[in-house]
Amino acid sequence: MTGSRGSAGRRLRDGGMIQRDRPVAFSFNGKRYRGFVGDTLASALLANGVDLIGRSFKYHRPRGIMGAGCEEPNAVVQVGMGGETTPNLRATEIDLYEGLSAVSVNCWPSVSFDVGAINGVFSRFLPAGFYYKTFMWPSWHAFEWAIRRAAGLGEAPKQADPDRYETRYDHCDVLVVGAGPAGLAAARAAAATGSRVLLVEQDSHVGGRLLWDPAVIDGTEASAWIADCRRFIEAQPEARILTRTTAVGYFDHNALVLVENPAGSLGRAGPGAPRQRLWSVRASNVVLATGAAERPLVFPGNDRPGVMLASAVRHYVERYAVRPGEHAVIFTNNDDAYATASAIVRASGAVSAIVDTRAEPPRQLVETARASGIRVLAGSAVVGTKGARRLRSVRVREADGRSRDIPCDLLAVSGGYNPTVHLFCQSGGKLVYDADQALFKPSGSSRSVRSVGAAAGTMGLGASLLEAHEAGRGAAETGNPGNDAPRPSPPQASGEPPTIEACWRVDDGRGKAFVDFQNDVTADDIALAARENFRSVEHLKRYTTLGMGTDQGKTSNVNGLAIMAALTGREVPEVGTTRYRFPFTPVSFGALAGSTRGELFRPMRRTALHDWNVTAGAMMEDYGGWQRPACYPRPGESLEAAVQREALAVRNGVGVFDASPLGKIEVKGPDAATFLDRIYANTISTLRLGSIRYGLMLNEAAAIIDDGVATRIADDHFLVGTTSGGADRIAAWLEEWLQCEWPELDVLVAPVTTAWAVLSLTGPASRAVLGEVGTDIGLAPQDFPHMSFRAGTVGGIPARVSRVSYTGELTYELNVPWSLAPDLLERLIDAGRSHDILPIGVESCLLLRLEKGYLHVGTDTDGTTTSLDVGWGHVLKRTSDFVGRRSLLLPHNQRTDRLQLVGLESVDGRPLPLGAQLSLKGSGPRDADGFVSSSGYSPALRRGVALGMVRGGREKTGEGVIAVTSRGRFQARIAPLAAYDPQGERING
Amino acid sequence: MNWYSGLNLIAQGLRGHRGWEPAWRSATPKPRYDVIIVGGGGHGLATAYYLARNHGVTNVAVIEKGWIGGGNSGRNTTVIRSNYYYRESADLYEFSLKLYERLARELNYNIMFSQRGMIVTAHSRHDMELSARWAGAMRRNGVDTDMLDVSEIADRVPALNVSPRARFPVVGGFVQKRAGTARHDAVVWGYARAASALGVDIVEGCEVKGFVRSPSGSVVGIETSMGRIVADKVGMAVAGHSSVLAGMAGFRLPVTSYALQAFVSEPLKPALDTVVLSLATGMYISQSDKGGLVIGGGLDRYSSYAQRGNAPVIRDVVGSVAEQFPPFRRVRLLRHWAGIVDVVPDSSPVIGETPVPGLYLNCGWGTGGFKAIPVGGWTLAHHIATGTPHPVARPFQLERFKTGALIDEAAASGIAH
Amino acid sequence: MLLITCPWCGPRDEIEFRWGGESHIRRPTLQSSPQDEEWADYLFYRKNPKGLHRERWVHEAGCGQWFNIARDTVSHEIVEVYRMGEAHGQAERGKRP
Repeated sequence: MTGSRGSAGRRLRDGGMIQRDRPVAFSFNGKRYRGFVGDTLASALLANGVDLIGRSFKYHRPRGIMGAGCEEPNAVVQVGMGGETTPNLRATEIDLYEGLSAVSVNCWPSVSFDVGAINGVFSRFLPAGFYYKTFMWPSWHAFEWAIRRAAGLGEAPKQADPDRYETRYDHCDVLVVGAGPAGLAAARAAAATGSRVLLVEQDSHVGGRLLWDPAVIDGTEASAWIADCRRFIEAQPEARILTRTTAVGYFDHNALVLVENPAGSLGRAGPGAPRQRLWSVRASNVVLATGAAERPLVFPGNDRPGVMLASAVRHYVERYAVRPGEHAVIFTNNDDAYATASAIVRASGAVSAIVDTRAEPPRQLVETARASGIRVLAGSAVVGTKGARRLRSVRVREADGRSRDIPCDLLAVSGGYNPTVHLFCQSGGKLVYDADQALFKPSGSSRSVRSVGAAAGTMGLGASLLEAHEAGRGAAETGNPGNDAPRPSPPQASGEPPTIEACWRVDDGRGKAFVDFQNDVTADDIALAARENFRSVEHLKRYTTLGMGTDQGKTSNVNGLAIMAALTGREVPEVGTTRYRFPFTPVSFGALAGSTRGELFRPMRRTALHDWNVTAGAMMEDYGGWQRPACYPRPGESLEAAVQREALAVRNGVGVFDASPLGKIEVKGPDAATFLDRIYANTISTLRLGSIRYGLMLNEAAAIIDDGVATRIADDHFLVGTTSGGADRIAAWLEEWLQCEWPELDVLVAPVTTAWAVLSLTGPASRAVLGEVGTDIGLAPQDFPHMSFRAGTVGGIPARVSRVSYTGELTYELNVPWSLAPDLLERLIDAGRSHDILPIGVESCLLLRLEKGYLHVGTDTDGTTTSLDVGWGHVLKRTSDFVGRRSLLLPHNQRTDRLQLVGLESVDGRPLPLGAQLSLKGSGPRDADGFVSSSGYSPALRRGVALGMVRGGREKTGEGVIAVTSRGRFQARIAPLAAYDPQGERING
Repeated sequence: MNWYSGLNLIAQGLRGHRGWEPAWRSATPKPRYDVIIVGGGGHGLATAYYLARNHGVTNVAVIEKGWIGGGNSGRNTTVIRSNYYYRESADLYEFSLKLYERLARELNYNIMFSQRGMIVTAHSRHDMELSARWAGAMRRNGVDTDMLDVSEIADRVPALNVSPRARFPVVGGFVQKRAGTARHDAVVWGYARAASALGVDIVEGCEVKGFVRSPSGSVVGIETSMGRIVADKVGMAVAGHSSVLAGMAGFRLPVTSYALQAFVSEPLKPALDTVVLSLATGMYISQSDKGGLVIGGGLDRYSSYAQRGNAPVIRDVVGSVAEQFPPFRRVRLLRHWAGIVDVVPDSSPVIGETPVPGLYLNCGWGTGGFKAIPVGGWTLAHHIATGTPHPVARPFQLERFKTGALIDEAAASGIAH
Repeated sequence: MLLITCPWCGPRDEIEFRWGGESHIRRPTLQSSPQDEEWADYLFYRKNPKGLHRERWVHEAGCGQWFNIARDTVSHEIVEVYRMGEAHGQAERGKRP
């Protein structure tokens, strides 16, 4: 490729993968620039000669672009405005789009004049961990506010994110991560077997480093080979390629999490598209072709804008047709960076020198360089850089010990490559250190995971392609051994792996030698950590913050630990690496949440009468996951007044309550009665046909877990009623006992909660209303007494009718098929008009039960309340076993000073504050004597009514207690549970 | 030991920081100690420190399998609070919080305890009833608390969606103002440095393989990868692995080990200046001094000794953040980690004697051990040195599982914490 | 994210299942008059091994059946699945049935 200076300064006249016919306008730090579709923000900024992109975290040093992908530590920007503003994006990962607006983060007032740079002046007093040693007087709070304001990079959005996110689930035989040469070869070989193959690539294009490193594969240009692979894979019916998709997590049993940026840029969603799509993929086999990332060299002044990774320089030249500098120096410890010199020359840039730390670089490379007129300084090192906001020159110490300055505006550095082993490690794989290549690589394959190519430490192109081809085919055949589809032959290419001599730190020269660029961790900081005994790799990370930036240490970790090894006289592998964790690159919270948002996040349940309730003006609230009417306020009426009105309507006439969420479980079989005797604390087997009994269920530790009524429908058939919140839990509970503990019992459990809607017709006039609606069930009290059950029709609708009451009034609980409930409700309302019937909500229903002193499990009880605490001592007289029985006998549960359920009444009639702590006479202020568990104002009694848990309360009826709240103290006394109709006569109608 | 101060930092800065001594001495074990503490996390190091400082027992070794602070001390969400329901719990955690309030100066190590408050948000009538009862109990327990209405919460936490149309509308809540966060690693290093200065030996990279027993069955030492070490008494503070060590000593515990995950976002300029816990989702969130949003939620759904998390829980917890803090949806999760926590049936700790004479136990902190490091160390040191439980630790003996005298915060307050 | 092979439905994602803790715990009968200590042992004390764990799961969002699994608590590898009441094999670490 040839190039020359374009009109945009550093843009080459031709070449690259940009679409020159599609110019794009964008702004950076308020200034307008132009680029092309196909650019990243980073390449467009370089093309426009913008060198200063951001400021570092701690010292606010000027920083430019160092890499070309997700390893970039410096070029962190904030993109977009309002709800769409996105902090901390890397300029190297943002596809350029029309109107993109980005600003530098962590600098004030501007990136070129940043007040925070004062930290740099005092940097000698701010070594790693300095904050642990100071800011203690007078207290941390005196300093924290200032530290917090100085910390952080971008700004969190202040408005709700307007974008949409999606979630997809998938599975495949072979998942290939990375579509560089190795990934393409592996996917092609796997796809050829007819297997279900998914190839994912984080870039917008497949090809990996072939996009910027010229190569010949199977005798053709790499670009032709890539196109060929792509066509082949896409032609297979079971194979797919996903670009702009990053595999970020590798979880148990080959479950991988991928994040796709569909048809947009990291900065904003494409039109009509979700901003991001989260894929949850289960793969039988995984091939990791994630490549390798170049690491910088550690030398004084290595952070100046203009210092760039050597591979990134090639990336910008070849892919984006941008020459990142005019006069370059290459600084390397390996062969690979020599290719960068060639690329710069091809792009009509000048290369003043290749500074190679090795005493004897490979002769052929040296000769090739010299043939292009490039000096190779062997056994040399860059020991300093100059330039204010852009590199002006480098100081080179040559083999003979003499130093000199070489003017340049670009320093391409290469310290070797780190295989991208993140996913491999997440999968549970272990690393080994390869001293010859100076890198950590996978120790082998585990759990159907194969690493190939550079990700496996196989650095030569030919070997890498062969390895990947074999792995792709092997992975596919693991799942389908009988497959005999024709096989493509392995791709052929030449290319020796580059040689390298490790150079972890240049320790002559003056100035800060950065290891972690984003967090400003220098080689001296690592030395300080070693001095202070933070020698373990994890201590090093935590003490210095090495590798904890948003780049997650992709360029810094290995350099850092190798420097620590040298400082402490250990070998590199002895120090080891830190753990590689999810996610490989940062993932937005929105993508992780996916489409399960709002209504779908925790789906709300609605009854058959929901629409009716809403139309009737009900105040709908969340009760244990159900949307239920709290009350039906009239226009202008307060909620409290509505509740009082509804409660009175029931006491004086009739109300109808949507009780559909009540749990209903059918229990049937020859052993049903035996089973329920073991499940309930009280006996159920003695229940007569058509009768109903109230029961308590305990867990094995004797705590009350639910209450409700059991109905005997036939000898071998019961209907178990539970609380609304307990419906699913108790059905599961019954199954667990039946299947795991008593499999010998012949019982079937069927939850039918949402098969039957429940309308609870309650109040003295309920019998009359039911008669008017019409039923074939005899309603006379002697025919259908309290706590009995009848099946028949109501208003022509098949119904199960129970005489049970939670209000203390005559009540018919009408169970009808879910879909017919609105029809029945209309008829009840019509028939009840002459009795002033009212629909009533949950709150008045709870108030009515409170007047009666009926237990509300979960309100009056908590996870520590036993059946004994609510006055159910008689269950221990049973001779048979039941769940929780033995625990009732534990010494602590037998104590008489436990919290026990009692009624409470305030001395002056005011309602007691809910949740108020109670204090018995003679108690200390910190004694836990109990609390008010339920409280309300009784419209029937015209005074407050309450229930509470009181220490030894059942023996203390009539005694005074004080309810203590932040708003004052209330005099009260312990009373019987039922405040209204204590004889319980009204329930019979 | 170098004295840490701003002046000394300047003085050292002028000399290139070459004069700083190791924060703690790395020791090779002696053959015999008065007391061995197994587990070099916060609790173990604090135990050693208080043995030396409060009881004058300085011939102490802390034996750590990996590197100090590598367990749950370094894998948590750094929240410190004492907003507990039962008096026994409140006394324990309030004792701890008070020690934390003066810990930086006492250890001469800035642990960055930031008392920015913790708000518990209620999202339904039931939540409000629970909150009222909980806050009432806190007041009775002598722990500071205030009920908050929606507008007060909205002012303090602008990113929180308090709209009545939200999936989890906020109806109120309560705050403990003295609660906050601290730098977790600093707590470990601070105790290590102070204990080391008092003569305690800190031995890293030393794995316990078994216990040495006397003819009468008492524990009189440990077998390790560095050989046998003899001691009069042995304490263990090995959260997550308590059952494993108990197994070596021949008894079982009422403990199940679970992974507890936590997350941190990329660093942001200040966006949240308190800790928020939602009663509806169990998610809690704060912002670290470095700027990352630190997020936690419930336990993983099955027992595990793998220090790695599980995608469904990540998505559920982060989903709660996305739902309740709509502006944060574009913020990115940077790092995630998991600690192995001991969960006992009543979610309260066990501090005291084991069934084996000579062996003492600190375990069972579940999801909340970090905030208890000072009191865990203080009370275990007391028990080991005096032979009797410290008054605030007396209710937290292993015996309670036999008598049924559980201290079940989760059961009482409706949320495991 | 575990892939659990339900003995009735086949391999499914873990989100369809619920973990039920240690399997094969014997519940003391009322007739055996368990002492407090024995009862506490049944109720609260668990093996909690670091390694192979026999535990029970229910396919809650599927067939609703409980079954047993032998799972490594460190690697999370599942080495054996068997129905309630079935005798379990001699699955040890790393060996598949």
